Amino acid sequence: MSFMQKPKVSHSQRLHNELGLSLRDYEGSMSTLCAGCGHDSITAAIIQAFWELNIEPHKVAKMSGIGCSSKTPAYFLSQAHGINAVHGRMPSIATGANAADRNLYYIGVSGDGDSLSIGLGQFIHALRRNLNMLYIIENNGVYGLTKGQFSASADVGSKAKKGEVNLQPPIDPAIAALTLGGSFVARSFSGDKAQLVPLIKAGIMHNGFAMLDVLSPCVTFNDHEDSTKSYAHTRQFYHPAVHADFIPSKQPIRAAYDNGDAMPVELHDGSTVVLRKVSKDYNPTDRAQAYSYLHAHQKRGEIVTGLLYIDEAQREMHELSNTVGQALRDLPYSELCPGSAALEELQSQYC
Amino acid sequence: MKPTDTSNPDYFHKVVDCQWACPAHTNIPEYIRLIAQGRYADAYLLNRESNVFPGILGRVCDRPCEPACRRGRVDEKPVAICRLKRVAADNRGDISKRLPQIPKQKNGKRIACVGAGCASLTVANDLMPLGYEFVIFEKQHEPGGLMRTNIPAFRLPAQVLTEEIDMIVDMGVDLRLNQPISSMRTLLQQGFDAIFVGSGAPRGKNLDIPGRYDDTAHVHIGIDWLESVAFGHINSIGKRVLIIGAGNTAMDCCRSSLRLGAHDVKVMARKPLSMTKASDWELEEAVEESVEMVECHSPKEFVIKNGRIAGMLFEVMEYQDDHGKLKSRVVAEKFYPADDIVLAIGQENAFPWIESDIGIELDKWHVPVVDKTTMQSTRPGIFFGGDSAFGPKNIIWAVEHGHQAAISIHKYCHGEDLTDRLAYAMNLTSTKMGIHEWSYSNSFDPSVRRLVPHVSLKERFKKINIEVELGFSAEQAQVEVERCLNCDIQTVFFAPLCIECDACIDICPTACLTITANGDEDELRGRLKAPAENRQQPLFVSAALKQTGRVMVKDEDQCVHCGLCAERCPTAAWDMQRSVLKIPYAGDQNPQPAPQRRTA
Ligand SMILES: Cc1cc2nc3c(=O)[nH]c(=O)nc-3n(C[C@H](O)[C@H](O)[C@H](O)COP(=O)(O)OP(=O)(O)OC[C@H]3O[C@@H](n4cnc5c(N)ncnc54)[C@H](O)[C@@H]3O)c2cc1C
Ligand SMILES: Cc1ncc(C[n+]2csc(CCOP(=O)(O)OP(=O)(O)O)c2C)c(N)n1
Ligand code: SF4
Ligand code: SF4
Ligand code: SF4
Ligand code: SF4
Ligand SMILES: [Mg+2]
Repeated sequence: MSFMQKPKVSHSQRLHNELGLSLRDYEGSMSTLCAGCGHDSITAAIIQAFWELNIEPHKVAKMSGIGCSSKTPAYFLSQAHGINAVHGRMPSIATGANAADRNLYYIGVSGDGDSLSIGLGQFIHALRRNLNMLYIIENNGVYGLTKGQFSASADVGSKAKKGEVNLQPPIDPAIAALTLGGSFVARSFSGDKAQLVPLIKAGIMHNGFAMLDVLSPCVTFNDHEDSTKSYAHTRQFYHPAVHADFIPSKQPIRAAYDNGDAMPVELHDGSTVVLRKVSKDYNPTDRAQAYSYLHAHQKRGEIVTGLLYIDEAQREMHELSNTVGQALRDLPYSELCPGSAALEELQSQYC
Repeated sequence: MKPTDTSNPDYFHKVVDCQWACPAHTNIPEYIRLIAQGRYADAYLLNRESNVFPGILGRVCDRPCEPACRRGRVDEKPVAICRLKRVAADNRGDISKRLPQIPKQKNGKRIACVGAGCASLTVANDLMPLGYEFVIFEKQHEPGGLMRTNIPAFRLPAQVLTEEIDMIVDMGVDLRLNQPISSMRTLLQQGFDAIFVGSGAPRGKNLDIPGRYDDTAHVHIGIDWLESVAFGHINSIGKRVLIIGAGNTAMDCCRSSLRLGAHDVKVMARKPLSMTKASDWELEEAVEESVEMVECHSPKEFVIKNGRIAGMLFEVMEYQDDHGKLKSRVVAEKFYPADDIVLAIGQENAFPWIESDIGIELDKWHVPVVDKTTMQSTRPGIFFGGDSAFGPKNIIWAVEHGHQAAISIHKYCHGEDLTDRLAYAMNLTSTKMGIHEWSYSNSFDPSVRRLVPHVSLKERFKKINIEVELGFSAEQAQVEVERCLNCDIQTVFFAPLCIECDACIDICPTACLTITANGDEDELRGRLKAPAENRQQPLFVSAALKQTGRVMVKDEDQCVHCGLCAERCPTAAWDMQRSVLKIPYAGDQNPQPAPQRRTA
């Protein structure tokens, strides 16, 4: 970690977004992660995405569990709300927060340990209830914070720093999300911001649970030669399947997209994700096909990335439960708490 | 783009904007750090190595370094480089024992200098320690040249001047005052091994328009008038004074007039004030003293009434930019009353004492033909420097000419080829002390530029030689030094180590770094993390990176040398290395660069 704060000086021609804020206004405190950690790069991508989306930082809630990855919400959007939950339990807290105020933008940052080991149950239920949030798994194949034990995403045959070999099969969060009915399934790499930033933007604007698995090398415990989650390995087996361009609602979609390879998907708020397929036969709106494509490439050791699957029509938690549109905070007290008579009446329905 | 060749000393030198802009390449960031540590004598001596007159220059240098200073690009106002130099000079204490030693055993070579201005004094300063004998002929009764005769004492106190000149004269220079050289031929016959002409550009330009000679008692040539003021021959002037011209000489003339009894002083500029050659700070000080600046007034006629100056008639001009050319037209005429008029419209070279048949070629403006590198005239063994060489410039240029002439004279006296000169060299050493510790103060200090305190307007006019600027207090200096960005602590990149993790790119506060596909410069400048619009500042481009074949690009323009890129790099592909420019001086052997730890 660095002891020095990032100095309060910017490029003299610093740009401002529509809110008049500069990129640096979306920063948080100085990272305490190891120098070169992929997680820091994802933090930078998140900052970039929120800045470009012109979202006011105080309209955002940052949720996380425990792990190096889960520490990162402290490093972006210092003016947003946030909860650093118990290990693996962030999805429940996020569900509660979202239930209370559906009008904030929710971003969860988790790790492969946090989401795929201790928090697997929490993770898949949040996905199942289509909680309206961007859920990022910063995936490095290890428990970074506890010094590099294999996590549930470690590949078979991948070696730890001291040499032991992982024998158990990995849980692939993208495949899991596809099979469990996820409405937005994406994968990217901390070292590819050109791909990552639009995916974060699309994930934030998606109406429902946007699962974004981001390969994010742990430089300290999992960036050696026989690791399958290192910078070098990821780059070598990197396989982008679909590029996603995020186009805000006000902007026209370029005519160049009109050929068959580009597929515009309109999001809830009127913005559009234009999917540009790398392989012609891939269809990111066909769940079964997406699954088999991923599976086939996974067998070859390839890492398929991009916006792999999207279904904007699926209903999110509030729509499923028919809850009020406002934040509970804004409801008049008489409506929020109609009194014991109303409770009795309600209970009588179940007698 | 091709990978940047950082082994060329110019690359990292240019990053140190101030040092690159300083004609004598003073190691500014290093002396600022020495001041920060309270090592004033060391800071003074480091200055003295390249600029010879730190106390003088710390007050009146033309400061080409300051407009170049990086801090001015990042944060509006440059570091007060010049004022910090004065801090070193004012607090240096006794450094006499640390001045260059003069050998008792002389080398048998005798050099003559014409004029005891800063150029000649620099030559003596560089060559006396090598065993030369020096005779300096000076027509005035005091040494110092224009620094003594023209720069007013309220900017440069005589004592400061005398101290620094004495450091050189006391090396054993044979200074012959009141001895004008009136014939180069005669001088040549005296058997000197080489001659250096440092006689300045002594002739003030005249304004030959109607009425010029009708009341010569009240029309003055600026530099001659300032000289008379300096030597006490003139101690009063009329109440209303017009200064014709708006350069630095005009600023000294108007402010001197105020101290000699004038109440209403106007500086009359022919062009818009935005185009004047006067330095901003000199203009500001004149304005502070209530001098009125009048622009776009072209002199037409000295108006005489009853045989005495009554004022001047001007044509009021309008200027228009016509495809880069300035077009003017007269829109009116206007009369300004005055009791005295001072002409401050420039200086010229004049060498009535150099015979035309002795092989020293002068061009049509009477400027000698001098080699820009060797400072030698068309007659071997005769060298020029300072204002005498290429027309009026400033002190720091005169000093640099002096250094170069000294190298040439040393070579000339030893039968060496004058053009076979040592190149600049660059040493780099890491400043890494620990994982997060650097041997320099790397954090960015957001303080604004300190203002130098001035003697109050009430006090300063009481005598002609009250120095207006007081210099920084210790507290002010301690803040100002931290504003320096340590541009000599270079970001050195080692491409084979980079794993393209983006950490440096994400952390850089001023968005200097980008990893991207290579391209040609124009195109590349357009697609960096922040647009690289300042073409004066180079791009660093690395060799192809191992994992993706992309390149690391750094736009040098706004780097604040905070070291965060190096601090956040997991593989130490970036390092912060202190660069030291090795400047060759007379008598230097081929400098052996210290072994380099690692360079790109
Ligand atoms: C009013 C004014 C203000 C200035 N202010 C500044 C300033 O603030 N900062 C700055 O950097 N520069 C300033 N300058 C410019 C600066 O003073 C000169 O560029 C510098 O002094 C040149 O140095 P030099 O050694 O070449 O010549 P000079 O300083 O001109 O010295 C030449 C010497 O040679 C002597 N000499 C001439 N002919 C003969 C002869 N035939 N025989 C013997 N001796 C002779 C002269 O008496 C003089 O002493 C100013 C100039 C003027 C006119
Ligand atoms: C209930 C509980 N169990 C175990 C731990 C110890 N622990 C802390 S972080 C962590 C794993 C974090 O791994 P991951 O989510 O992948 O984050 P990374 O550090 O790799 O980013 C574990 C097991 C804990 N803090 N709490
Ligand atoms: S231990 Fe690994 S995951 Fe944690 S900060 Fe360091 S590099 Fe990142
Ligand atoms: S910041 Fe310091 S080192 Fe950089 S140009 Fe200015 S004075 Fe020189
Ligand atoms: S030293 Fe490095 S991080 Fe700091 S401004 Fe320069 S390039 Fe950026
Ligand atoms: S931090 Fe170091 S390894 Fe990472 S991209 Fe920058 S130079 Fe390369
Ligand atoms: Mg992990």
